[in-house]
Amino acid sequence: MKRAFPILAILTAGLLTYGLYGALIQAPTEQTMGDVQRIFYYHVPSAWTAFCLFFVNLVASIIYLVRRNPKADALALASAEVGVVFCTVVLVTGPIWARPVWGIWWTWDLRLTLTLVLWLIYVSYLMLRRFSSSGQTPMMAAVLAVLGALDVPLVYFSIWFFRTQHPQPVIGGGGSIDPRMLHVLLMNWLAFMCLATLVCWSRYRLEILRRQVEETQALESLLAAGSSR
Amino acid sequence: MSSPPGVTRATLVKDLRLEWRSKDAINSMLFFALLVVVIFSFSFDPTAEESRRIAGGLVWVAFLFAAVVALNQTWARELRNQVLDAYRVSPAPASSLFLAKVLGNFIFVSVLQALMTPLFVVFYNLRAIGPAYQLVFVAVLGAWALVVNGTFFAAMSVRTRSREIMLPLLLFPITIPALLAMVEATSSILTGEFSAKFWIVLLAVYDVVFTTGCLLFFEIVLHGE
Repeated sequence: MKRAFPILAILTAGLLTYGLYGALIQAPTEQTMGDVQRIFYYHVPSAWTAFCLFFVNLVASIIYLVRRNPKADALALASAEVGVVFCTVVLVTGPIWARPVWGIWWTWDLRLTLTLVLWLIYVSYLMLRRFSSSGQTPMMAAVLAVLGALDVPLVYFSIWFFRTQHPQPVIGGGGSIDPRMLHVLLMNWLAFMCLATLVCWSRYRLEILRRQVEETQALESLLAAGSSR
Repeated sequence: MSSPPGVTRATLVKDLRLEWRSKDAINSMLFFALLVVVIFSFSFDPTAEESRRIAGGLVWVAFLFAAVVALNQTWARELRNQVLDAYRVSPAPASSLFLAKVLGNFIFVSVLQALMTPLFVVFYNLRAIGPAYQLVFVAVLGAWALVVNGTFFAAMSVRTRSREIMLPLLLFPITIPALLAMVEATSSILTGEFSAKFWIVLLAVYDVVFTTGCLLFFEIVLHGE
C-alpha cells in the first residue's frame, strides 16, 4: 500500500498539470461569458469532490457507530477536513465567477445555499472535534455527521420552497455543453479526486500516527509513575 | 417509579421544582429576550407595514438566543455533584431522561413565548393579516424543534471545553431549515401574502425526524466511550 503513495502523487501531479493546460488553453472560449467561464473547470470539479468526501465522511461515521473502529473515525476526520477545504474553494470561486456574469456576488439560490449550509454543518463538525479532547469525541462527531446528513433533505426542501415563492435568479441552466469542455471538466474532476485521495490518505496516516504517539506517551508516563512509586 | 414514564415524570418534576424555586432559566431567558426586542425596536424603528415583514425573523432570533441561555443550563446543572454519572450507572433508560429534559425545556420556552408575544405586539404594532390561529402551530412546532436539538447538542457540548460557546455552534447550522420554516411561516401569516401550510408541514417533518434521531442517539451520547 505504501508504495502506491508516490505513484499516486506523480499521477496526481501529471493530471493536475494536464487539467490546468486543458482549462486555460485547450478548452474553447465560451461564447457569451468569455474567459471568466474557465473558472468552471475548477469550480464544478471541486464541488463534486467535496460532496464525494462528505459522503465518505458519512459512510465512515456510520461504520464507526456500528463497529467502533478507530480507523473509520480517522478516515471520517480526514475526509471532513479535506471536504471542507474543497467546499471552501467552491464557495470562493463561485462569487468570483458570479460577479461578472450575474452582476452580483451572491444570491440565495438553491445550490448556493445548500452548499453554504453543508459547509456550515461540516465546519461545526470540525469545531466539535477541535473543542472536545476526550475519548468521546469520535462518537459525538459520528452522531453529528449522521444528524447532519438527516438535515440535508430538509435543507433542500426548505430552500427549494423558499426560492419558488421569491424571484428566480438568472442561471445559464439547460443547454448542451461542448464535448471538449466536458472532456476538460471530467479530466479536472479526475485530477481533483486523485488530489483529494492523496491528501486524505496522508492526513489519515498522520492521524493514525498521532494517535499511536499519544498512546505511547500515555503508556510511558504511566510506567514512569509506576516505577517512581 | 422505575418504568420509563416514571423516570421521565420524576426527572421532569425535579427540574420544574428546581426551576420554580430558583427561576434561573426563565428569568435570564425573559430578560435576554426583552433586551433583544428593545434593541431591535429602537435601532430599526419600523412602521407597521415593515414590522410585519421583519417580525418573523426578529421573534425567532430572540427566542433562539434566549432558548440557548436555558439550554446551556440543562446539563451543566447535572455536572455538579456528579449527577450525570449517577444517571449513567442507573438502569433508567437514557431516552426517558432525554424526554424529561426536552419536556422541561419545552415548558420554559413556551412560557417565554407566551410572555414575550404581547410585548412584540406592543413594540412592533403587530396584527396578523393571515389566519392567526396558525401561529399557535408554528409556535409549538418551532419551540419543539429548537428544544429537541438544543437539549441533544447541549448534552454533547457539556463534554467539550468552553461548553457555553459550543452549543450555538452545533445547534445553529443543523437548525437552519427549521429556523427558515419558523421565520417564513410567521412572516407569511403576519403579511397574509402566502400560505404558511408548507412551512408548518416542513416543521412537523423536521420535528418527527429529529425527535426520532435524537431519541435513538441519546443513549450513545450519554454512555458514549
